[in-house]
Amino acid sequence: MGILEVKNVRKRFGGLQALSNVNLSVTENSVHAIIGPNGAGKSTLLNCFVGKLIPDSGSVMFDGQSVLGRAPHEINQMGISRVFQTPEIFGDLSVMENMMIPCFAKRDGAFEFNAVSAISSQKDIIEQAEQVLEDMNMVNKRHMHASALSRGDKRRLEIGMCLSQEPRLLLLDEPTAGMARADTNNTIDLLKEIRDKRNITIAIIEHDMHVVFSLAERITVLAQGAPLVEDTPENIKGHPKVREAYLGETV
Amino acid sequence: MFGLNQKDGQLILIIAILVFLAPFLLNPFPVESELAQFNAGYPDLMQRFIIFGIFAIGFNILFGLTGYLSFGHAAFLGVGSYSAVWMFKLLSMNIIPAVILAVLVSGVFALVIGYISLRRSGIYFSILTLAFAQMSFALAYSVLTPITGGETGLQLALDDPRILGQQITEQGNIPVPSLFGLEMRDSMDVVIGPWLFTFNVGYYVCAIIMMISFYIAVRIFRSPFGMMLRAIKSNQQRVNYTGLYSRPYMLAAFVVSGMYAGLAGGLMAAMDPLAGAERMFWTASGEVVLMTILGGAGTLIGPVLGAGMIKYMENIISKINETILHEWFRWMPDGIEDLVVTLIYPFIGKGWHLTLGIIFMVVVIFLPGGLVEGGQRIMRLFRRRSKSRNTTNSSDTFDSAS
Repeated sequence: MGILEVKNVRKRFGGLQALSNVNLSVTENSVHAIIGPNGAGKSTLLNCFVGKLIPDSGSVMFDGQSVLGRAPHEINQMGISRVFQTPEIFGDLSVMENMMIPCFAKRDGAFEFNAVSAISSQKDIIEQAEQVLEDMNMVNKRHMHASALSRGDKRRLEIGMCLSQEPRLLLLDEPTAGMARADTNNTIDLLKEIRDKRNITIAIIEHDMHVVFSLAERITVLAQGAPLVEDTPENIKGHPKVREAYLGETV
Repeated sequence: MFGLNQKDGQLILIIAILVFLAPFLLNPFPVESELAQFNAGYPDLMQRFIIFGIFAIGFNILFGLTGYLSFGHAAFLGVGSYSAVWMFKLLSMNIIPAVILAVLVSGVFALVIGYISLRRSGIYFSILTLAFAQMSFALAYSVLTPITGGETGLQLALDDPRILGQQITEQGNIPVPSLFGLEMRDSMDVVIGPWLFTFNVGYYVCAIIMMISFYIAVRIFRSPFGMMLRAIKSNQQRVNYTGLYSRPYMLAAFVVSGMYAGLAGGLMAAMDPLAGAERMFWTASGEVVLMTILGGAGTLIGPVLGAGMIKYMENIISKINETILHEWFRWMPDGIEDLVVTLIYPFIGKGWHLTLGIIFMVVVIFLPGGLVEGGQRIMRLFRRRSKSRNTTNSSDTFDSAS
């Protein structure tokens, strides 16, 4: 039984069958990659996990509980954090404040009307946020406006924000999309470190095969809205069906 | 001090000093001088500075922090005024219950309007709030006449019950609003040489209430709640995907700012015990938007500055007329004098809106952060100058200054 169990999920947009019968099981404390050509339904599937979309049929269970019909903030409070394709951070706020907000969400829940105490008196939150900044190697940027960070640092900050919530499942939507090679490698190193040091399950959607093969322990290949194969990276690499679907090659 | 950091504490202290010395500061010109018409230190206008300052401080909690632009905040102002006047009619002329009821009723009103309007964001939110305010305005004028007094407005009468207070004064008049016997309209005139300074009870009562509301606003700005509101303004999607439910945060901000508007409305009635539907009209809502943006949305002191500036222009620039202009430019040759007067004339008197519009455009284009940003730029300019002077003497001061 995996931490995330997806059963018979279907989703149709008008005449387009985006997902047709997807079954997927993500094992706890593993890195599971979902790959596939453009339009295979990867992002649609991810959106079904976080409450952005509700599938037409099927079930998505996280740790034995259904996530379907729940709002994004409820699903996050269950322990699923999501990193977006373009970094979604609080651009108008400082790096430190960016890091503190998820710490508050973790400690106080979805809504807490705390208008009485000053932020500077929240010692535990400040300590926690500083710890994550240190882990992310961003302490020297703590006073910067988040919008002034480089693309790679924005990604780093977003991942840090997700980690500060100590999620059980981290979802990554093409974390290196649009990045320079150096930034991509930094992100890979960061994710490897997270994988090795923390008790966390990672599900990653990725285009870049270099990223996938250096991180994943298990790979699911999606094609035309359905899983084609699921296997270890070694077996996927040479799989004829994958090469055909992914690279358009006939072997 | 009071849970504030040093900088905020200093800011509040400076504002407190300015506000309490305002009767002096706003009357810098001797009574007999030609410039006396620029004096703004008379009770009615000073009260308005403060009351609209409170209104703008509250509006800024919603607009400045969350970025949601309400175009219907005057509705809460109006509701506050009506509630206060009803309290004067039914209970007593003491302003405390009146102001408390004004805040509570406008809070409930804001809860209902906010709950519905916050289902949409952006322009749709603005339109919804505008629609609600205009509905309130129209209802106050027509159907709700028994409660609001319709076109004539809600006024006090001799036969009002006032169960806890005096119904009629010994002279047979309607009593005036007071704070435990201290009448709001009481003033003390102090003549120092050619200057005249007026110290008004109502002004100082309003001023104390404004300082309390400003202090509360600072605490909200510096609290985790305030940070969440700024986060919502910055990226609502990320807020939701960080496990925070943004809607109750928005609603809380909406209600708090509605209560500030109600407080302002209540104080208006406390200074002058009548309430009319025109207080809810959309231009009144627009005015508070202008004040906040002109002063600097999202800054602590900006809205108060904006409110002061607009009210000053409305009352002072609009008073200048053609005769006064001719008086000023008498020293010029006749033809040129007429030309100058003709050129300036559209900007004064009833044309003060034109002046305001130009100032507003200039501020929005060149100082997007409002008057506060202008002030900051000037400060920086001075600091840089003094800094460069210091660096020629010793390089150590450079580090300590920055």
